[in-house]
Amino acid sequence: MEVLALLIPASLFLGLLGLVAFLWSLRKGQYDDPEGDSQRILDPRYDDKPKPVDEDQRG
Amino acid sequence: MSTITIRPSACPACDAAPAAEALAGRAAVPDAKILVSVPAVHCAACISTIERDLAKMPGVNSARLNLTLRRLSVDAKAGVEASDVIARLDRLGYEAHELDVGTLSMTETERQGRELLMMVGVSGFAMMNIMLLSVAVWSGAEGATRDLFHLISGLIAVPTVAFAGRPFFRNAWKALRARRMDMDGPISFAILLTVFISTYETLQSGEHAYFEAVVMLIFFLLVGRYLEFRARAIARSAAQELAALEVPRATRLRAGVESVVPVADLAVGDIVLVRPGGRVPVDGVVTEGQSELDRALLTGETLPVFAGPATLVSAGEVNLTGPLQVRVTAAGKDSSLHRMADLVANAESARMRYTTIAEKAASAYAPTIPILSLGAFFVWFWLSGGDLRLSLNIAVASLIITCPCALGLAVPAVVTASSGKLFRKGLLIKDGTALERLAEVDTVVFDKTGTLTMGTPEPTNLDAHATGDLRVALGLAEASSHPLAQALARAIRERGLPPAKIAELTEVPGYGVEGQWQGQRVRLGRADWVGAKAGAVTAAYLSIGAETRCFSFADQLRPGAQTVVRSLQAQGKEVWLMSGDVPEVVRDLAQRLGIAQWQAEALPADKAAKIEALHAEGHKVLMVGDGLNDTAALSTAHVSISPASALDAARAASDMVLLSRDLAPVADAVSLSKTAMQRIRENLWQSGIYNIIFVPIALFGLATPLWAAFVMSISSITVTLNALRLK
Repeated sequence: MEVLALLIPASLFLGLLGLVAFLWSLRKGQYDDPEGDSQRILDPRYDDKPKPVDEDQRG
Repeated sequence: MSTITIRPSACPACDAAPAAEALAGRAAVPDAKILVSVPAVHCAACISTIERDLAKMPGVNSARLNLTLRRLSVDAKAGVEASDVIARLDRLGYEAHELDVGTLSMTETERQGRELLMMVGVSGFAMMNIMLLSVAVWSGAEGATRDLFHLISGLIAVPTVAFAGRPFFRNAWKALRARRMDMDGPISFAILLTVFISTYETLQSGEHAYFEAVVMLIFFLLVGRYLEFRARAIARSAAQELAALEVPRATRLRAGVESVVPVADLAVGDIVLVRPGGRVPVDGVVTEGQSELDRALLTGETLPVFAGPATLVSAGEVNLTGPLQVRVTAAGKDSSLHRMADLVANAESARMRYTTIAEKAASAYAPTIPILSLGAFFVWFWLSGGDLRLSLNIAVASLIITCPCALGLAVPAVVTASSGKLFRKGLLIKDGTALERLAEVDTVVFDKTGTLTMGTPEPTNLDAHATGDLRVALGLAEASSHPLAQALARAIRERGLPPAKIAELTEVPGYGVEGQWQGQRVRLGRADWVGAKAGAVTAAYLSIGAETRCFSFADQLRPGAQTVVRSLQAQGKEVWLMSGDVPEVVRDLAQRLGIAQWQAEALPADKAAKIEALHAEGHKVLMVGDGLNDTAALSTAHVSISPASALDAARAASDMVLLSRDLAPVADAVSLSKTAMQRIRENLWQSGIYNIIFVPIALFGLATPLWAAFVMSISSITVTLNALRLK
């Protein structure tokens, strides 16, 4: 049962990591246009190099 | 379920005043942000076509299309106007409407949405972690291990409840102070009591703790809350979009100086300049200039009327050919537009009294929860001879099992699924209860001009004319912005004919276009001016020297008009056609579409009276209309739809707005609303049946935390899946 002392904090940490990732993506506005994002992968414009980051995609 | 109702202002001018200020402020900054609504976009190709094309447009820094909101935001240098962007989109084949950035900065709504979503995230995280520990307890952890697991669960659950439970506590507190009973009261009671008892049990090394059930309850309820919020936010942004579609401004003339001012600032006696193509902003009298006015939005007439000095004009009419100076006789509160807005506000408050099925279910259900658990508590207290801990535990178990987790999802899940589906078809739902009211409709009343027809004329007798005449007509028509001239030019160009070379082209506002062709004077315009005899139908006349020709016009049917009427009739709805136009035109259209009941020359009050009469006979009426003359009818009807091209007052009065040019989604909406209501009813029954089965188990003291968690997740998931069947 000593293993619990390690496993419980580990599972809590991993869960917390997931939560932080979720909050980060939320703040970055990644849920603002789910439909558009799912279609954008079909767009060949930025296949060779990524689009330069500009203002409207931040925040 | 208690909801904070966010309603758009019913008075377009009130929305417009701050918007106009925001606009003035925007002009000062070097870079402009332009927002346009593009209802027709639907795929990856649309995104790349539009973004690629706009990136090439001079002055544009960047453009990004939001496919979920069907909205394009353009970052551009000063000097780039929304109208340029719209013209560019039009060339690409996308219909677009300007949106006002000021009205649409939904920071408050967005913040609320993010906060809710964050609560969903936090409670979801807590739920998963507690569940891991609970599974260990359920599978047989005992003694110190169980107590430790309960303790850790509690350490996660208590802060989570404090953070994510706030919306429920806040609403419950509000309801309590107003001495009302709503769903959030029992929910908050259940959450707090359960947390309290579970903490106590944990500290006493008790066998059962309901931490996972509490957090799960909060999670599922928050998901429902968020869906509801989303639906309302979309409705709200739709309403704002409409208010933003046109910012009422006017060009005021003072001592020969023009200045653009908000309509609200105009006073009686001011002189207002109305340019060709512009909408008359106020009621007034023409003092200078000659032109023709399109009154279709106000009266339903398709034929433009002549306007010269001393002609009375009303707000909402469109000036077609020449600039007009109008002396204001009524502005602001006294104008006909504002009176319409008042009428709409009255009708809206009547509609607010509509009780939705969710409210009915909640009001029946809310008192049951505390009553059942209190009953359980007292009975067990008596049976067990005063065992407080046992009776409290049973009370908590029945409380958590009866808590309407699935009920909170039953309606929002269906509404979200169906409004999303309608949005993709091009229909925006402005009012949350509209879908429900739409399902009850048995009679559909259509307006003619601008609704069943495009409101734009189409030449009907081109074949009767010689090619030479057509080329002359094209040469003349291209010089005018009059709708008849433009329709004529478009139709002749489609035949591949080049325009004749015409010299000295001049437009005579209010009359037509004239010029010189092969040494003869040629004119295209009104019958008396050209020298022809006026006929009964809408027509433009061409004269070449002394000879005259007549081009007759008919209004073009809106795409999908035939489909919508046929499919509504197939669904067993009674279809009416009501118009302010002359009987011959209305009868002709009714026959073409197969509508048996029609009424012509209907005044605005007649339309509303007819709908009231239909209501009195026990019918529920769906009104589809676009004009100012329909506004009264739209707000009287049980539920109403207007196309996006409609006047603001009409859009404000209606529950749904059709963004696409095609009318067919109206019929789909009617049938979809029926299915949606059926799903909602199924969902309510489903969550009811779960309760009927499991409440007795809880009352007999047999329920364990495992049971509670099982029932809650199963019922929530089945309800959601049932809603998703709509797709």
